[in-house]
Parts: sequence; C-alpha cells; structure tokens
Amino acid sequence: MDLSKLTIAEARRALDAGEYSALELTNTYLDVIAKKDGEIHAYLEVWADSAREEAKAADAVIARGESKPLTGIPLAIKDNILIEGRIASAASKILENYRASYDATVVEKLKDHGAVFLGRTNMDEFALGASTENSAFGPTKNPHDTSRVPGGTSGGSAAAVAAGLALGALGSDTGGSIRQPSAFCGVVGLKPTYGAVSRFGLIAAASSLDQIGSIGKTVADARAIFDEIRGYDKNDSTSLTDASEQRTVNSKQRHSRTIGVPRTFLKEGTDPDVLERFQQTLDALKTAGYEIKDVELPNVPYSLAVYYIINPAEVSTNLARFDGIRYGLSVPADDIQSVYAKTRAQGFGPETRRRILVGTFVLSAGYADAYYRKARSVRELIRGDFVRAFDPSADGVDAIATPTSPTPAFKIGEKSSDPLAMYAADIFTVPVNLAGVPAISVPSGTVAREGKNLPVGFQIFAPHGGEEVLFSIGEDVEKSAS
Amino acid sequence: MSDKVDVAALAKLARLEVSGEELAKLEKEIPDILAFVATIQKAAAEAPKHEPALQNVMRADENPHESGVHTEKLLSAAPTREGDRIAVKQVISRKK
Repeated sequence: MDLSKLTIAEARRALDAGEYSALELTNTYLDVIAKKDGEIHAYLEVWADSAREEAKAADAVIARGESKPLTGIPLAIKDNILIEGRIASAASKILENYRASYDATVVEKLKDHGAVFLGRTNMDEFALGASTENSAFGPTKNPHDTSRVPGGTSGGSAAAVAAGLALGALGSDTGGSIRQPSAFCGVVGLKPTYGAVSRFGLIAAASSLDQIGSIGKTVADARAIFDEIRGYDKNDSTSLTDASEQRTVNSKQRHSRTIGVPRTFLKEGTDPDVLERFQQTLDALKTAGYEIKDVELPNVPYSLAVYYIINPAEVSTNLARFDGIRYGLSVPADDIQSVYAKTRAQGFGPETRRRILVGTFVLSAGYADAYYRKARSVRELIRGDFVRAFDPSADGVDAIATPTSPTPAFKIGEKSSDPLAMYAADIFTVPVNLAGVPAISVPSGTVAREGKNLPVGFQIFAPHGGEEVLFSIGEDVEKSAS
Repeated sequence: MSDKVDVAALAKLARLEVSGEELAKLEKEIPDILAFVATIQKAAAEAPKHEPALQNVMRADENPHESGVHTEKLLSAAPTREGDRIAVKQVISRKK
C-alpha cells in the first residue's frame, strides 16, 4: 500500500473489505516510522507494542462487522493530550516523566472507536511557538525540506501526516497551531469552533483560545476525525451544549457561495508569490461559481498585538500549576519558595519563561488596565468585525479567506532568536482564535525556495458552528489544486 | 509606557528563578514585546467592555464519587508523599 496517498476513507474501505488487516496497516506505519522518523523527528515516543495490540483488537471488531469510521485507523496524538498511563510532556522538561492519570475526552472517544495510537508527537513546549523549535526535545523537520521547520505548535502531528508516518493526527490550536503547520507541511488542518470539541485532558496553554482539532491528508480525513471527537462534554465547562443543533442549522447552508477577502489586511508582509498562489485559488473558486468580494475587518490588524497580551496572560496563569508539588519535575531546595522558583527555572524553556514574565507584567496592578483589560476590549471589537462580516441580514459573506501564513516554511534557526519575528508568523491565524470561529487550512499549491517546492495553505474562516461551510469550500479548493 | 520594566521583580512575582545572563537578555526582549503589543492603544477608544455571559458550569453538589477511588492514581504522580498526603516543605518558617 502507498502510504503517501492513503486516506482514512480508503483505509476504511480496504479494512472492511479484508484487503489487509488493521495489524498489517499498523505494522506498515511502524516500519515507515522506524525508517524515516530518525530524520523527521515527528514523534517523541512511538508505542509500537500497544499499537499492535490495539490493531489486533480492531481486527476482531472488523471481523464481527462492527467497525466504526476510525476502527483500526493509525493516528498520532499531540504530546499535550492525555492518555491514561502514558507520558504526556507537552514537550517540556517539567513534565518529561509525567504519566497521565486519566484519558482526555477526545482519547476516550477514539478508544471507543478502536482507533490505533501510534505515538505522541513533538510540539513547541506547552504549545508556545510557531516552529516546533521550542520543544525541549529537539526540533521536528519539515518533510518537504528538512532544513526547514514544519511550523508549530502541532509541528510533529502535521509532519507525521505529511510524511506518511500516521494516517491522521490530533493537534491543538491556540493561535494557529494546527493550521500553520498543516500549511507548511501540505496537509489539511481544522481548528473547530471554540467549544465544539472537549478540552478535558488537554494540557492548557491559553484557555480562552485553545481548541483541539484534526489533521489529515484531505478535507474528508480531517472531517472524519472531527466528526468522532466533537460534541458536548460535561467535564469541559466551555463545551458547547447546542453543538449538534448548530450542525443541523449549518448543514442547510451547504451551498455557501460568497467568500470575503480582507484585501488591505493581506498586504502586510505577505510574500508576493504566496499572495499570487492565494489569488489563483480565489480565481479557481470564482470559476467554480463562488462570488468573491472584498470585506472590511477594521480591527483585525490589531489581532496580533491583542493575542500577544491575552495569550501570555492566560499562559502565566495556567502554568502557575507547575510548581514541583503535585506532579512533574521537583527540584529539592531548603524552603518551599525556592522549590517553586528552581523547579520552574529548570523545568520551563526560554519561550515559556518569556511568556510567563510578559503575562505577569500585563496582569500586574498598574498595567492590567492598559494591557490586559484593553486587550479584552479590543478582542470584542475584533469579534464584532466577524459578526458584521458574516451577518446574513447585512449582505454578509458565507466565509472569509486568507493565506494561512504570509510565508512558506522558514529555515530552522531563522527566527528562533527574535521572538517578535516568530510571533508575526501567526498574523493570519490568531484572529480566528480571538473570535472563536472555526477555520481550516487546505493545501493550495507550492512556491519555490532554494530549488525546493514548499506547500502553501489556503485558510477559510466560517461563522461559529460553520464547520460544514469549511468542508464544502475546502473540498472545492482541493479540486482546484488537483 | 513600557520604557522601564523590572524583570527581576516580575520573575519574583512569577516564582521563577532567572540567571543574570538571561535577565540581561529579557530586559531587552520584554520591553520590545510590550512596545509592540502597546499598539492596541490606538484601537477605537469606545471599545466595548468585555462582559462575559455568566452561567453555572458546576455540577450539582450531590452524589460524590466514592472516597479514595482516585487517590492512588493522583498521589502516584506526586514527587514526594507521606502516606495518603503530598509532602511539602514547611510554608511558614522562622527566619534564621
């Protein structure tokens, strides 16, 4: 079987038809991982033995004719999603030996399906970064050019899918962490509506922004995983109770026909050939019958600045729990204050420490009004921009499109010493998390850099609960690119 | 607005030990980051106040799980324990 072309739908068909077993499929992946992952470093740990056991169990279910969409499908799991008894380190020294005490809700759902867990994937420590270089365990390489980053923070998950080291993967997206690596690696990445997928068992980075989502080779694959992990969860207080209802409403909008483009926003620092690829995809969509029109999002240019206040504020709060007392690394010291300070100094990497300090500053008395509270207010303005742009009663659009990233994958080390340059990589992805809307990145051709063809992503945003809109337009983008 | 940032004081607030070398680096980087994010001051003055829609997300205070069912699992993750407790250094101590 050709893993570079294999999709979840095709594997499902072949497994159910008995053309190969789930065990054979899993073994094939494990062989490829053994051969190729030394170079790519998508995985922090491969669970060969348990994956084979899970595959055998899946084969028994398939033999009984009781398979579900993901039974026997080999998946990779980002290292910040808990699986009971397994190490979940968030690519941090502070959790290097931490074994999860319970299953994340998404993992429970995948287990119920009989999916196969191949291993845990590399990421930027605590999901802070845009290149996977902030992992405490070394960077992941982009399968299209190993001198370049895979993007981040779900760089391991995206690289694994792109290199044929997993059929699909789970990632998490706080400011673009599923979409941007998917764009850099040439795969499809979905950031669902805030609250559509439970985050119970996700190691929190910035809670008002974090969302678990799926990565696959095709829109159909990303959707197949999303369909099985979505839904209300009483263990996640931000989980949407009316998600299924919204879905019915949105399935009526399947024939979305108007796409808005925030032209003025796109000009900021986007590579000319990336913009050209974006325009070609828009032209193809126009030919396919879509109406393309300009849309004004006057406050969206503030997104990056707002994000880099809210994210560190929430990160510094969430990471306060890592203190060397209840779990994870603990550095012995004479008094408890020193245990905290030394454990956190040794356990957290440089970017994590930087965010904690920036977050502490923007939340501190005397500065919270000018930074944190002002950022919350501007976030409301950004959210309002999207509400207006999508408002059906005001001639609103069905979706908005931008390139996923202003550049293709950059070189390893190119931005790692300049935090602001790294932050700027998120310019087109952070507005989505601030507004809580869903978005998808779909491959739309390549641009050449130093003789290598690097993938470019086409990003589509939809209103809250509008995943169906993303899938339908996303499939048209796939058709135009093929 | 962010011309002077006392990074050492922030580190103390954040319970984070920072080396002298890192401090020097952060004293340059953090003001740069703050100068960048301060661009939001230019956003419309009439920004709406963020008012979260409040709802009760807690379960009813009844039918607790059986005592002790999670104890071993959670305690096994703790760096130091004494019986069924997590052991910590004394929190309040007399200055020597």
